[in-house]
Amino acid sequence: MIRLIGYGNPGRGDDGLGPALAARMMDEPGIAVTSDYQLTVDHALLIADARIVVFADALMHSDTPYEFAPVAASTAYEVTSHSLSPQAVLALYQTLYGDAPQAFVLGITGHDFGEVKEGLSPLAQNNLTLATAFLRDWFAQHTIGGRGHA
Amino acid sequence: MTDAPRTIEISPVTRVEGHGKVTIHLDKDGMVDEARLHIVEFRGFERFIHGRLLWEVPVIVQRLCGICPVSHHLAAAKAMDVICGVDELPPTAEKMRRLMHYGQVMQSHVLHFFHLAAPDLLFGFDAPAAKRNIFEVLREKPELGRRAILMRKFGQDIIEATAGKKIHGTAAIPGGINHNLPIATRDTFLKTVTEMQEWALDALALARNYTLDHAELVGGFGAFPSKYMSLVREGDGALDLYHGNLRMIEPDGTTVFDQLPYDQYHEVLREDVRAWSYMKFPFIKAMGPETGWYRVGPLARMNTVSLIDTPLANAAREEMLAANNGLRTHAVLANHWARMIEVLHCVEKITELLHDPDLQGTDLKATGERREEGIGVIEAPRGNLIHHYNVDENDQVTYCNLIVSTTHNNEGMNRAVKDVAVKHISGQPEITEGMLNHVEVAIRAYDPCLSCATHALGQMPLEVQLLDADGQMIDKRARAL
Repeated sequence: MIRLIGYGNPGRGDDGLGPALAARMMDEPGIAVTSDYQLTVDHALLIADARIVVFADALMHSDTPYEFAPVAASTAYEVTSHSLSPQAVLALYQTLYGDAPQAFVLGITGHDFGEVKEGLSPLAQNNLTLATAFLRDWFAQHTIGGRGHA
Repeated sequence: MTDAPRTIEISPVTRVEGHGKVTIHLDKDGMVDEARLHIVEFRGFERFIHGRLLWEVPVIVQRLCGICPVSHHLAAAKAMDVICGVDELPPTAEKMRRLMHYGQVMQSHVLHFFHLAAPDLLFGFDAPAAKRNIFEVLREKPELGRRAILMRKFGQDIIEATAGKKIHGTAAIPGGINHNLPIATRDTFLKTVTEMQEWALDALALARNYTLDHAELVGGFGAFPSKYMSLVREGDGALDLYHGNLRMIEPDGTTVFDQLPYDQYHEVLREDVRAWSYMKFPFIKAMGPETGWYRVGPLARMNTVSLIDTPLANAAREEMLAANNGLRTHAVLANHWARMIEVLHCVEKITELLHDPDLQGTDLKATGERREEGIGVIEAPRGNLIHHYNVDENDQVTYCNLIVSTTHNNEGMNRAVKDVAVKHISGQPEITEGMLNHVEVAIRAYDPCLSCATHALGQMPLEVQLLDADGQMIDKRARAL
């Protein structure tokens, strides 16, 4: 099973890119989709039955529409806050249950994080469309027998 | 795009927490003169809510916080009940909301105690940051870690069942609730709630034993008397996290005010503004900011209430009072003990509610004569939470004022930081790791969620600056809080 976790705050402009991606992928066959504000310890349980996990978040300070890369468990990211990094979620899982699933981070570039407001900026909307198309293709290549058979 | 390994720097600056900075001001002799907790605030939420329709407010306000959205959901719903002319909800609606709230307080306290505080308590404040984290706790006490996650999950599942979903629940609507609890869902919770109570008792023992075994440390760390405020149940003054009247006490337990209807909060409280902080400083209007400040939260509740209406939690509170010779406890670290008493209370209340057939009732919503103004108050995990709205004839919000728990505790947190700074930094030329740890522990004991308090954008690193008598920075250290 592939688990997609899109996270961020839709009430803070382009920080809502993660949940917006999750919303677009919600009905994608074979993909278990979760939308959340932030990563917390609960997500260590959520990824338990996943073969692949994709963490989708807003990305700042990038000149590409999105970036996609593997991510591994690491305890170097301190857990002294209410929210966790993808690395810490994977490390938490690994500490509790053993080898963590294969994981990736999809960062979608946002531009407008400046105030409390709903809705994505036009640039972020465009980046979201590109990232969604990329992810659909990537999922199709990484599900057993193609789309719908993860 | 390739799958080749490389690092992506996701900048999670817009997560839901704020940004805290501590400045420690030394005098000419190098002794601490002043210590301040600064909050970088983006106070946009009250403006953001203007013009929104009353029925959508309980949903939108959850965007204030990813940790306690249910508290905002319910406080806003309570305010909108008033605006819709509803003073009493149907039993099913009130009990569903209560169940949601107990699940929320439980999961929030569990997260704080096991994942944020436990490393400090198990390994000591002087342990290096690399040691004081949840991974080390899990390595040394794996069963504790597993229980913590499953207890939090139980609370989250209660929220999902009652609020509709874990994040951005929609169940509490003006005048009621939009669904009841199906029998099958109830039975699922009943299968595990006994185990939750056993684990809550174990966690309580851990917090109690830590507090008693380290009495000297706890009694001297960021400990100072203050007034305390919380809701208490009408009539008997029992702990009531969902509803009641306001009670404030002096440090010795004598009453400042009692059974004050919370829609009169603005008649007794005022918010002070200070040039160096965006976060306001509430105080009792009649006393002024210097003497009229107070604290809220789990320890405050243990101090203000007359009793707890669930037997195990009540016995635990009595033990806490007895340990301090019947006096109110002022030690900030005793908040951990108080939190675990409240976790037990929540599990007891959840058990009680799961056996109540009203949860399967079908009378979900009441109506009444429309009003312009509504105030909703709740005891959130971190303390008292006030939502105040005015709504016009088009159902649009025209006024919004929120006083969140961390704002109530602003003065207390600043005093705690100064207390720690005086003890650990006075006479020192630089900020050591141990000093930073102590400042961090003092702030964290309040479990601040600074986005709630400040509506800030930005992750929450804690930056401590040491300033000399001329205001020149002589050292700086930073760490995620």
